[in-house]
Amino acid sequence: MLHRYPKRVTFLLLAGLALLIAYPAWGPALFGESSAFFMEKLTLMLIFALFAVSLDLLVGILGLVSLGHALFFGLGAYTLAMASPDFSPASLWWMLPLVMLVTGAVAAIVGVLVLRTKGIFFIMTTLAFGQMLFYTVSTSSMTGGTDGVFIMFRPSLAMGETPLVDLDNPLTFFYFCLALLVAVYLILRALTRSHFGQVLDGIHDNEHRMQALGYATTGYKLIAFVVSAMIAGVAGMLAAMQYGFANPAQLGWHHSGEVLMMVILGGMGTIFGPILGAFAYELLLYFYEHLTNHWPILMGMTIIVAVLVLPRGIAGLLLDPPGRKTSLFGPWSAARDAQQAERVASASQASAGKSAGEVSS
Amino acid sequence: MTTMKKRSGARSLFARRAALGALILTPALGLTLGAASPAQADHDVKLGLMLPYSGTYAALGESITNGLKLAIEQEGGSLGGHGVEYVALDSEANPSKAPQNMSRLVKGDGVDVVIGPVHSGVAMGMLRVAKQTGAITIIPNAGLEAATNQLCMPNVFRTSFSMWQNSYPMGQVAYDQGHRRIVTITWDYAGGKEDLAGFEQAFTEAGGEIVEQILVPFPSTEFQTYLAQIASIAPDAVYTFFAGGGGVGFVRDYAAAGLNDSIPLYGSGFLTDGNLVALGDAADGVQTTMHYAETLDTPQNQAFVAAYQEAYGEVPDTYAVQGYDAGKMLAQAYGAIDGEPTREALIAALGSVQLDSPRGPVSFSESHHPIQNVYLREVKDGEHHVTAIASPQLEVPDSACPMKS
Amino acid sequence: MDLAFFGVQLLNGLQYGLLLFLIASGLTLIFGIMGIINLAHGAMYMIGAYLAFDLTQRLGNFWLAILIAVPIAVILGLVIERLFLDTLYKRDHLYQVLLTFGLILVLNEAQRIIWGGDVHSVALPAPFDGSIALTDNLQYPVYRLFVAAVCLALAGAIYWVIRHTRLGIVIRAGAVNREMVEGLGINIRTLFTLIFSVGVALSAFAGMMAAPLSSITPGMGDSILITCFVVVVIGGIGSIKGAFFGALLIGMAETFGPVLIPSLASMLIYLIMALVLLIKPRGLFA
Repeated sequence: MLHRYPKRVTFLLLAGLALLIAYPAWGPALFGESSAFFMEKLTLMLIFALFAVSLDLLVGILGLVSLGHALFFGLGAYTLAMASPDFSPASLWWMLPLVMLVTGAVAAIVGVLVLRTKGIFFIMTTLAFGQMLFYTVSTSSMTGGTDGVFIMFRPSLAMGETPLVDLDNPLTFFYFCLALLVAVYLILRALTRSHFGQVLDGIHDNEHRMQALGYATTGYKLIAFVVSAMIAGVAGMLAAMQYGFANPAQLGWHHSGEVLMMVILGGMGTIFGPILGAFAYELLLYFYEHLTNHWPILMGMTIIVAVLVLPRGIAGLLLDPPGRKTSLFGPWSAARDAQQAERVASASQASAGKSAGEVSS
Repeated sequence: MTTMKKRSGARSLFARRAALGALILTPALGLTLGAASPAQADHDVKLGLMLPYSGTYAALGESITNGLKLAIEQEGGSLGGHGVEYVALDSEANPSKAPQNMSRLVKGDGVDVVIGPVHSGVAMGMLRVAKQTGAITIIPNAGLEAATNQLCMPNVFRTSFSMWQNSYPMGQVAYDQGHRRIVTITWDYAGGKEDLAGFEQAFTEAGGEIVEQILVPFPSTEFQTYLAQIASIAPDAVYTFFAGGGGVGFVRDYAAAGLNDSIPLYGSGFLTDGNLVALGDAADGVQTTMHYAETLDTPQNQAFVAAYQEAYGEVPDTYAVQGYDAGKMLAQAYGAIDGEPTREALIAALGSVQLDSPRGPVSFSESHHPIQNVYLREVKDGEHHVTAIASPQLEVPDSACPMKS
Repeated sequence: MDLAFFGVQLLNGLQYGLLLFLIASGLTLIFGIMGIINLAHGAMYMIGAYLAFDLTQRLGNFWLAILIAVPIAVILGLVIERLFLDTLYKRDHLYQVLLTFGLILVLNEAQRIIWGGDVHSVALPAPFDGSIALTDNLQYPVYRLFVAAVCLALAGAIYWVIRHTRLGIVIRAGAVNREMVEGLGINIRTLFTLIFSVGVALSAFAGMMAAPLSSITPGMGDSILITCFVVVVIGGIGSIKGAFFGALLIGMAETFGPVLIPSLASMLIYLIMALVLLIKPRGLFA
């Protein structure tokens, strides 16, 4: 994987960015009095996009499917909730590093344990760790239990006494989230194109080969796992900041499943895809919820259809538009398809070989 | 533009599902133009319903909606002369979505009053936004104590109960019935623990002893191990809080284990409410305390039950009454306001509402918690029999609420 | 803990473990042979319970209801396999996870449309509606013993089919090498459809058997699904023997855990699973 995409992708992303930046210009005209609400909604989508991007590093780049990523999202939210003073705002200068430190440290411990497993066992162990924190938070009186906990003041960003950015202002907070998303995207883009990123790609395709080449693959995987968790933690912190509320539901496996869906819907392994996926997922959900009380059926069917006919997500459509015989980006997709085929073959061999003895017992 | 204005017309109630679906289409298309600024005199009153219409709690959401609409239909479909417009939103009983949903109703749809939710976790998320925006909120179910205690605010009312209010009276009842050593059991979650706290406070104050408090992992309904534990402790009685499927499972397992022969079962009303058919004989003799019983023998309740059955073809439950009283409360408050129903005027009017409710007289404390009767009910032949008023006109202390003088 | 109390809890753990095995066996069969992760397994458990409730109401007889409900579950499994899973065999686990996650949403909501949101129950069926005295104040429903016996019998039957029948040989061969089996003139597609339907029906059947034991509620499959995954992963995914002992282990943990270490009760099974995977990353019987 080269992680270099055709111009139209860059163009689309820049156009989307410009559109978001210009929201104050067109939002009120389009939504009228509801425009403040829709800006909140967009802010939330940006936060979910950040969360989805962090998971893509694991699922798309490294090939490790986690069903417990909400653990780190919720951990970020609860770190903010627990560390915030009751009667004054915390300073983001130390809150942001603290959230990253806590999620990073927990990810390092969890990572050492779960990275010993692969495939479905990785799915299940990440799920198990997610559920452990879920139950810890749900039953602890310190964290407010199942009812959740309030964060009375949004952390402030100040230089000395003078506030730099007024995060209490919804528009400023919107731009703040947007800026963080852009920054994380650029960092991850640079990361995937670096030597480090190439090693991750190599591990994704064939870990044994990378080990044979002398790479300490577990170390690479652990670093990626920790980075991914830290980004998810920041996303969780932002989500808790937005409404001043943290709840165990943010840690549950349903939430992990949702963000996984955003990644797939957008197109995994592309970093930009999951951003589109987060927006698409939230928009679809919003639309379905207003259509019928039985919206879970529509959402479920959408997921099923997306898996069946759009396995490479929206990004796949962008990179390889249907009806285009020779793709502008032929080498990329060809290489990718080959990789995919190879991976599937080796995976099915592995699972076939594994189950052989077991079924007989 | 599909926003529906529902005025009187009993038949239209039956189209409620379709109507809810249709009216919430609107904002999806970004068409909510010219939404009302809060509480305009010549404008319809916009009621935002933030209740579960999908998932596990959907039945509760529908009961509350039915009750609310019945009350407003009975008032001629208007509130103090204002037309009524409903904006319904599925809360999904999902706490993590609560703030954004509440925010949508208040800021997106510009509703005057929010009615919701069912679930306490969702209530926390809603209260956060209610605090920021000052939106008037009427809680028609969620029993979390904090809503009118630590987090109480002028713009938040409840027409329901708090866990403490329903369970505290039972402590004295159990003691008076001669029990001294009691085991309490509930799910390991906030609501259950608050409920037990009320009972345990009253029971130990009276001189009884809680020999064991058992917390079952939420939402497990596998109770065998705990029943064996109870049997080996052999207390005088058991007090429990479970609701829904957990209530049915626990009471049936308790009976199947033969424990009800030697150890009487007490509980919060939610143990058996709405569960009587599923429980069958297993609930016979179970005593619960609750602020309502559908068999309550008062003219107000009989009229309400008849009207509800007429409109919806089913017997109302506690949730329906809580929704109904929310409607009556709004009608009385809007009716009492002279001139402009500003937010301040509405809050003042709501605070002094006195209802002649199906559940008995209801007024509101300074923390905006209902002051109401709590009844002692015993299940006999598949019905709740009200045997006594366990605590008349009980006011919840809410001692952490600054609005309490 | 006195001996009688210990004995009672042992019985509880055994009975719960056997029921867990019944649900988990289908999950592990489907994964072991077909390589499919079926998250919708819990939803099928719920559908089974609702079918038992509905048909018992209509027919007035629990046993008759089961007789009709089992074929319905098999057909439902068949339809799901043919409609959705056909294309998924060659794909990554990720897609199976997501597709069956979507199926959960659809099945849960379909349940609500068909049966509504109320809590239901099924009466203990004759002739197992009595109970026996265990201690001076504790009785044990005979039906629970009956369910345990059925689960044991099914465990034996599955073992026997895989070990000693021609079908078992084909299944074992199919798990090792699909092409070889096809070469022998056996249609592997038909075999997969069969396995999936049986696996799904096992879960639904567990729901039917459990219906008289507990309450029937929307979403009841969600929590049981996660527990069953823990069972399957502890035992080693794909191993029937592993599922059996994993289920008994979890049954015992869920029974004795709350009594011995109440503070860890809600997360005990996840702790066990994490520990097992740290020592044996592929499960106990892999």
